Amino acid sequence: MSSSVDAVKAASSALTFQDLLFRLQRFWAERGCVLQQPYDVEVGAGTMAPETFLRVLSAKPYRVGYAQPSRRPADGRYGENPNRLFKHTQFQLVLKPPPVNVQELYLQSLEAIGIDLLKHDLKFEEDNWEWPAGGAWGVGWQVMLDGLEITQFTYFQQCGGQDLDPICAELTYGLERIAAFIQDVDSIYDIVWARDPDTGVEVTYGDVRLEEELQFSVYNFEYADVPKLWEHFNAFEAEGKALLEQAGKLLTDETASPKDKKRFPLLAAYELALKCSNLFNLLDARGAVSVTERVGVIGRIRALAVGVAKAYALQKAA
Amino acid sequence: MANFLLEIGLEEIPARMIAGAEAELGRRVTELLTRERLLSEGAKVTTFSTPRRLAVLAEGVLAGQADTEEQLTGPSWKIAFKDDAPTAAAEAFAKKAGVAVNDLEKVTTPKGEYVGAKAQRKGRATAEILAGELPKEVLAIYWAKNMYWRASKPERFVRPLRWLVALLDSEIVPVEITGIAARRASRGHRVLHGEKPVEIAVAGGYVEALRGAKVVVEVSERRQLIRKALDKATRTVAGARWREDEPLVETVTHLTEWPSVILGDFEPEYLTLPEEVLVTVMRDHQKYFAVEGAEGKLAPHFLAVLNTEVDAEGEAIIRHGNAKVLRARFKDAQFFWDFDQKVPLAERVESLKAVTYHKDLGNYYWKTEENLVVAGRLASVVKAAGVAFDEAALLKAAELAKTDLTTELVKEFTELQGIIGGLYARAQGLDETVAKAIYDQYTPASTEDAIPTTVEGQLLGLADRIQTITAMFGIGFKPTGSKDPFALRRAGNGIIKILAESDLELTLDGIYSAIYPILKISGPSFNEVQVFLGERVKSYLMEARGFAYDVVNAVTSAGSMVVVTEFTLGAENVRHTIARAEALTAARGSEDFVAVSAAFKRIKNILRQAEEKKFEIGAADGAKLASEAQKLLAHADELAPKVRKYREDHAYTEALSEIATLRPSVDAFFDKVMVLDNDPAVRGANLGLIASVLEGFSGIADFSEIVTG
Repeated sequence: MSSSVDAVKAASSALTFQDLLFRLQRFWAERGCVLQQPYDVEVGAGTMAPETFLRVLSAKPYRVGYAQPSRRPADGRYGENPNRLFKHTQFQLVLKPPPVNVQELYLQSLEAIGIDLLKHDLKFEEDNWEWPAGGAWGVGWQVMLDGLEITQFTYFQQCGGQDLDPICAELTYGLERIAAFIQDVDSIYDIVWARDPDTGVEVTYGDVRLEEELQFSVYNFEYADVPKLWEHFNAFEAEGKALLEQAGKLLTDETASPKDKKRFPLLAAYELALKCSNLFNLLDARGAVSVTERVGVIGRIRALAVGVAKAYALQKAA
Repeated sequence: MANFLLEIGLEEIPARMIAGAEAELGRRVTELLTRERLLSEGAKVTTFSTPRRLAVLAEGVLAGQADTEEQLTGPSWKIAFKDDAPTAAAEAFAKKAGVAVNDLEKVTTPKGEYVGAKAQRKGRATAEILAGELPKEVLAIYWAKNMYWRASKPERFVRPLRWLVALLDSEIVPVEITGIAARRASRGHRVLHGEKPVEIAVAGGYVEALRGAKVVVEVSERRQLIRKALDKATRTVAGARWREDEPLVETVTHLTEWPSVILGDFEPEYLTLPEEVLVTVMRDHQKYFAVEGAEGKLAPHFLAVLNTEVDAEGEAIIRHGNAKVLRARFKDAQFFWDFDQKVPLAERVESLKAVTYHKDLGNYYWKTEENLVVAGRLASVVKAAGVAFDEAALLKAAELAKTDLTTELVKEFTELQGIIGGLYARAQGLDETVAKAIYDQYTPASTEDAIPTTVEGQLLGLADRIQTITAMFGIGFKPTGSKDPFALRRAGNGIIKILAESDLELTLDGIYSAIYPILKISGPSFNEVQVFLGERVKSYLMEARGFAYDVVNAVTSAGSMVVVTEFTLGAENVRHTIARAEALTAARGSEDFVAVSAAFKRIKNILRQAEEKKFEIGAADGAKLASEAQKLLAHADELAPKVRKYREDHAYTEALSEIATLRPSVDAFFDKVMVLDNDPAVRGANLGLIASVLEGFSGIADFSEIVTG
């Protein structure tokens, strides 16, 4: 048994968490991707950042990659569960249009982070993705490596309730899972985030993030002020709706100048939709959304997100 | 004679869709070749599939269509030839027919003389036909969910098409689908073979060429390989067996191109978790096979089917990785199990108010209250019929049945609802009868599934389903066509199966009269429920019991043509409906019975004619009947009480044998007697006779429904 475990350790080249990200970024930068920084508003997934949600709406070819911290308040476990996090990191990649060899490129990216495919079992298993509040869905796979889901691979079909043309391929790498896999650790908190090249001193994922997981679990589940959250939600929604109303008038006004149309702040309206989405997730984690209310609240977020997407398409055409 | 190969290369097709698509491709290509007269006598069509390809090989394809000759008729002779000289009309026709003007012939028809021509139709080459027709056929394949991927969205398919091989022996068929032109280059296993093309020299060499590239294209071969590898890996554990799971074997067969199997272990301490949870994690979440020891108990091992072959080092890595994932999942399940115990089921009833059942109906607290009332009503009926059971346990189970919906474990493993509730009830020291009823409440989930083993479980299952169906029909959610979002058909099937396979003395009418007074449902909606459940009986007889459709129609419409209504579906115990169908299935083999059935069909037709002509049906008055008619009357009078007695005793086989003895009398009657006699008195008596025969002997089945000869 010990020899096989040694083999495991020897086979994993044990990239640190940050090296893993560097390698992925470099790999995709070398294949023509723009490297973006994480979006600075709370999101539940990399898809929700405007670099995906809004970029995919236009016909213009675009390739972008970014690491997106993604908040799921209900998934918090006070830092006690070795596999679940309130905030995890997605390396999000959008290729528009998808190259014909997109799957082969993806496999090469795994090789680039030190995974020798000849020594692993890899499967593409059907998994279709949708974000109902964003009117977005696609078909694709979960990529399984030795029984572990490491990537969500989606061919986007619709976004903001609109058919995409061309479509894009979206690859979402679960960085913590992949790091735990290649470093062969049993807990996410034991992942080596960085290693000092001179001293060999290691900083772990727990060193960097455990406190945050604990405090945000406490906040999300215990302290978040429900009436205040609803107030925030209503305020952001009201501003978003007001912007969308103005956008609707301006963008359908044939006498308005293209310049006025282009400068209309739809990106800000979208941020307001994202704020609402995050507040909804917080309220949900607090158990403050009854099942009957749920559909209605999701509908309100959808009205904002889909409204922005529709207006954005009009703006691009202006 | 040539071999034709078509391989469609795709990105990974969802496993659940492959078998259907493979069969459809085979059917479409066979039909195309047949339609175009390209299949030789004794030709053979074989299909293949892997996650990345669908393929078909037709052996014995002709190089082209045979030439044919066609007789064409043109304009009238007079118009085509003036003074024996061809006119413009003759020339145009000759040109169209592809013959010289000199070769036109005179054709004489009843309508006059016309110009005729024998047009030679050149058969087209196979490659040309295939190139033209294949794209339509391939793109017409049905997918449960498809996508588009090319700019401007010209077509939809399950996943992007990446390569195409189309060969007639060694020649490439110039077909193009979704912008991909056929070549001879296929692709091998993603990892083991890599990206270099796999050249297919000749169509017939397909299977071996792909095998060389680490792809087994035959599904049955992969299935066998997997079964053998599972056996072999399990043999390393003394006395162990892998748990048979046919659907899982199918899934992994369609997830692999070059399968192998590894056996891994997990910590025996997880065996304290319920087996149902362990197996669900392994099977549904990880697609692993469970391993059991000598007594059928789970052993701390799992079997993973890989899509690769690896050396010892790779095997250790893969085993280690899979075991780690499984351990993490078990750990989660363990956490949820322990966490859920902090609030026992009995304290969770109130929280069902927060779980929506249906927005227009209510929450699960409401559903629980409704189920309790229905269960109580059914209990009274069954108790009155003398069935022994623990009513208090039934009601307790009904009260707690839905509480597991509030547990973390059910939120994680929704497919285990009911089962988890039963396990928690047991763990929390509730009465075993209560636990078992909760555990079994959703069984049978399918035709193959067994019904709950206890009376309490059966009654709870019935109450839950009948409540669901009546409530949903009440707000207009009746299943139509393929639309059945609340799986009401499955719920209905469950009701019929429980009635048919339990010892409950309960009929559908018994259920209806028990619950009707408490239902908030309109009369018409309730009638729809009855019609719906009647349909479920038919479907049960055909799908679960395998009776022929005409037998099912005969036993389910018995009595409907005539006044006798003792066998309306709802009034009868479903077990007796089955007995009638069994007796009828056995009887239809006898010649006498078939003859009697034919005679009954005739009787029905005559009665229908009589009705159309408004002939009066009189009494079967002996004085007005001819001698053969009198004999039939006497015979029928003699048989009727016997048949009735058998029927009352549910001795349907004997009853049908008696009815079959009518044959000589019936035959003689139709041979000698003109039923629709011109004398209205005689005719009326004759009609009265056959109507009484039909009425008297159609109680077991409407024989006229039986398809004869």
